Amino acid sequence: MWKIFSFSLMPCKTLLQTRASLTVQETENVTDFRTKVSRNPKMEMLRCNYLFPEISAREAQHLKKYPNAEVISLGIGDTTEPLPDIVASSMANYAYKLATPAGYRGYGAEQGSKELRKRISETLYKDMGIKDTEVFISDGAQCDISRLQLLFGANMSIAVQDPTFPAYVDSGVIIGQTGDVEKESGSYQKIEYMTCGPQNSFFPDLSKTARTDIIFFCNPNNPTGHAASWQQLERLVQFAQENGSIIVYDAAYAVYITEGRPRSIYEIPGARKVAIEVSSFSKIVGFTGVRLGWTVVPEELLYSNGFPVIKDFNRIVCTCFNGASRIAQAGGLTALSPEGFKAVLSLADYYKENAEILLETFRLLGLRAYGGINAPYLWVHFPGSNSWDVFNEILEKTHIITVPGSGFGPAGKEFIRVTAFGHREKILEASKRLRRLLS
Amino acid sequence: MSAIHQNLSTAISSSASTFLGYNNLKNIKSSNVSLPGRISGVVKCVSSPSVEKTAYKTKVSRNENLAKLQAGYLFPEIARRRNAHMLKYPDAQVISLGIGDTTEPIPEVITSAMSMRSYALSTVDGYSGYGAEQGEKQLRAAIASTYYADLGIEEDDIFVSDGAKSDISRLQVLFGSNVTMAVQDPSYPAYVDSSVILGQTGQFQKEVEKYGNIEYMRCTPENGFFPDLSTVRRTDIIFFCSPNNPTGYAASREQLTKLVQFAKENGSIIVYDSAYAMYVSDDSPRSIFEIPGAKEVALEVSSFSKYAGFTGVRLGWTAIPKELVYSDGFPVAKDFNRIVCTCFNGASNIAQAGGLACVSDEGIKAMHEVVGFYKENTAIIVDTFNSLGFKVYGGKNAPYVWVHFPGQSSWDVFSEILEKTHVVTTPGSGFGPGGEGFIRVSAFGHRENVLEACRRFKQLYK
Repeated sequence: MWKIFSFSLMPCKTLLQTRASLTVQETENVTDFRTKVSRNPKMEMLRCNYLFPEISAREAQHLKKYPNAEVISLGIGDTTEPLPDIVASSMANYAYKLATPAGYRGYGAEQGSKELRKRISETLYKDMGIKDTEVFISDGAQCDISRLQLLFGANMSIAVQDPTFPAYVDSGVIIGQTGDVEKESGSYQKIEYMTCGPQNSFFPDLSKTARTDIIFFCNPNNPTGHAASWQQLERLVQFAQENGSIIVYDAAYAVYITEGRPRSIYEIPGARKVAIEVSSFSKIVGFTGVRLGWTVVPEELLYSNGFPVIKDFNRIVCTCFNGASRIAQAGGLTALSPEGFKAVLSLADYYKENAEILLETFRLLGLRAYGGINAPYLWVHFPGSNSWDVFNEILEKTHIITVPGSGFGPAGKEFIRVTAFGHREKILEASKRLRRLLS
Repeated sequence: MSAIHQNLSTAISSSASTFLGYNNLKNIKSSNVSLPGRISGVVKCVSSPSVEKTAYKTKVSRNENLAKLQAGYLFPEIARRRNAHMLKYPDAQVISLGIGDTTEPIPEVITSAMSMRSYALSTVDGYSGYGAEQGEKQLRAAIASTYYADLGIEEDDIFVSDGAKSDISRLQVLFGSNVTMAVQDPSYPAYVDSSVILGQTGQFQKEVEKYGNIEYMRCTPENGFFPDLSTVRRTDIIFFCSPNNPTGYAASREQLTKLVQFAKENGSIIVYDSAYAMYVSDDSPRSIFEIPGAKEVALEVSSFSKYAGFTGVRLGWTAIPKELVYSDGFPVAKDFNRIVCTCFNGASNIAQAGGLACVSDEGIKAMHEVVGFYKENTAIIVDTFNSLGFKVYGGKNAPYVWVHFPGQSSWDVFSEILEKTHVVTTPGSGFGPGGEGFIRVSAFGHRENVLEACRRFKQLYK
């Protein structure tokens, strides 16, 4: 059984004076002059660094302390396997053609190339009535989430799962949708947190959930790895309909679904009237650095005054953005070709096999590990513990980076997120070290 | 504003087909939706299912800031007009000197770096996942040393982006809704539009064609295209683009010194857009940081778009000095870093590989050649309008020519030029009320097209 060692490093929420991320130097008074511009109070409300740069900073600190350690990163969900050849060569080719008069292209449509929009709607939303004109190509889900927040504005109430990918909360704070953070719990006031845990099979009890304008719902879930059933999503859509809410459905991990669960919210009847779907090529084809994603806004999605949300989102995209890189879009197009998609699926299989190895490891150690079947994340329970302590313990003793569950919200306090991205040898090595430590 | 402009429908995509036909707009009760204008010519609408009177509506209120915007963003509207015109005259050879879109191929030294990076991503050793949100270290260092050598701007002051337009909005998110801003009038529309979206402004005032709460700093031939700062009210943020889009004017060292002083006295922050710096032909400053004291009052946004033809590749940067601090002493760069980590996830690694090649010795030489080509285009356009007796501004330090049509509505002139010469330009009032009576002609284009366009101008105005 897991024992808590007396590691006294505090959880993130109390690290109010945390150093800024790696690359912004801490400078002490290089000048006496101050402008008269007030700092945006919303930025002040953010209590910590964004979660993942904080994890990077910890990794860097650890490497300084143990320069010879072979640190294995199962922390940030960063893809590790090379791009499929066919995808990489389509991008190389596109770049090469930009040097020729016939192949050169300037500004693309801000909404993305018609070809790519069409291919996404036809391959991923087949028979769901999603048109190419409803698909907006982006430079990734994280950027789109902020653009959606810009679209919605400060006067919105939001609900998030607890635990959740932090960008929904942080962007909400920045835009001004929230109140201050509560020191005890680490939650922000005015956000409706929908607890997802083993006790409710990782799907929120909607009967206890207050109405909000926007509901952020990530499925398959980061960090818990849970993929909602058809019935659960039907309840969610119904809930949104009854409350007149808009669901922002993050489907970034849909390709990892194994167990025949819905991949898109639009598989649920009625979803087109209540839901926006955000997705990404990052975890589909390793585009974490290449930067490509998309957002679907159905024409039927209307504000209370009947104005189509899609019109305003289009305005945001045309004003605050200038299109995803054409080279990345060329790669995305290939990734969704029949041959490309085969390669995509085998990449997903590779990471899912990693997940199986890790699941088995935790099972042998008698720990409850959730997820890992429909998503590349394991959500490991350490009952009665503080996740930052567990994080530190694992890091100190096995040189493995994970992510402490409380970084994703108060309900993550007793959990650790372990990603299944990584080279096979590293996963196997990590597995060995964990067994040594925890048995 | 002309009747045509006032009847423009909002937010149309820049592709040829509109995605919402007339049917959909009929039943929308909102007074903020304007119906498509009665513009002469064919406007293609794709048929869409009509919204029934009982159409389901959410209970989510529309963001009223979006409702304040008067029309679609300027350039998609220009594209829409161009496309409509091409449909009307399918055999016409339409020449685009409207949207400032680069046309010449990217130098090979740059594209081969991007090809190589693409291939490398398919190898075990060459693959990389998430990059630092602020940009790859090497590129940041190279940008700092290329553009800011001896100006005290360092690697970690540079934040690499997917372009200036995105950065402008991220800066607005950074500043928040409770700041006041000043812009040049006329100006690149993204500063005003992003300000409206963030909630910094009041309603649009039709009589003066300005949004409430924005300080418009008029730039005209009368004041040499530099605002009379003695008449400008204090604002928190001052957007300043030089060399200027759309007027083409590059502020002098003396003028920028006055601007920095003004910002110092008022405790304001200058957002200096230097996207056209490499077009400067004389000794006008290329960076605001050439002005002493600027590091305490300014940050600078720039882009590879107009230097390396990266309009579709997407790469730019923002430089924020460590000395730039808020009234409470908190460094602006720290908060911008937080924005970049939360609302962004880094520029494409392939584009960054291209950027690194751009600032290599060979790349800089190649970019100067591309810039030089467009400058030659500019000179041809300037000569043409000069020879026709027009008052012509800009065109020396920027790829834009600002032509005066005194007493005329710029949208009318735009339409007339389009109709009679099949050349797309940009009406000055699209850049603000100070642009009324002017047309912006951009100098991006194949040489033959620029020459042909000038021939047609000569025909029309002889």
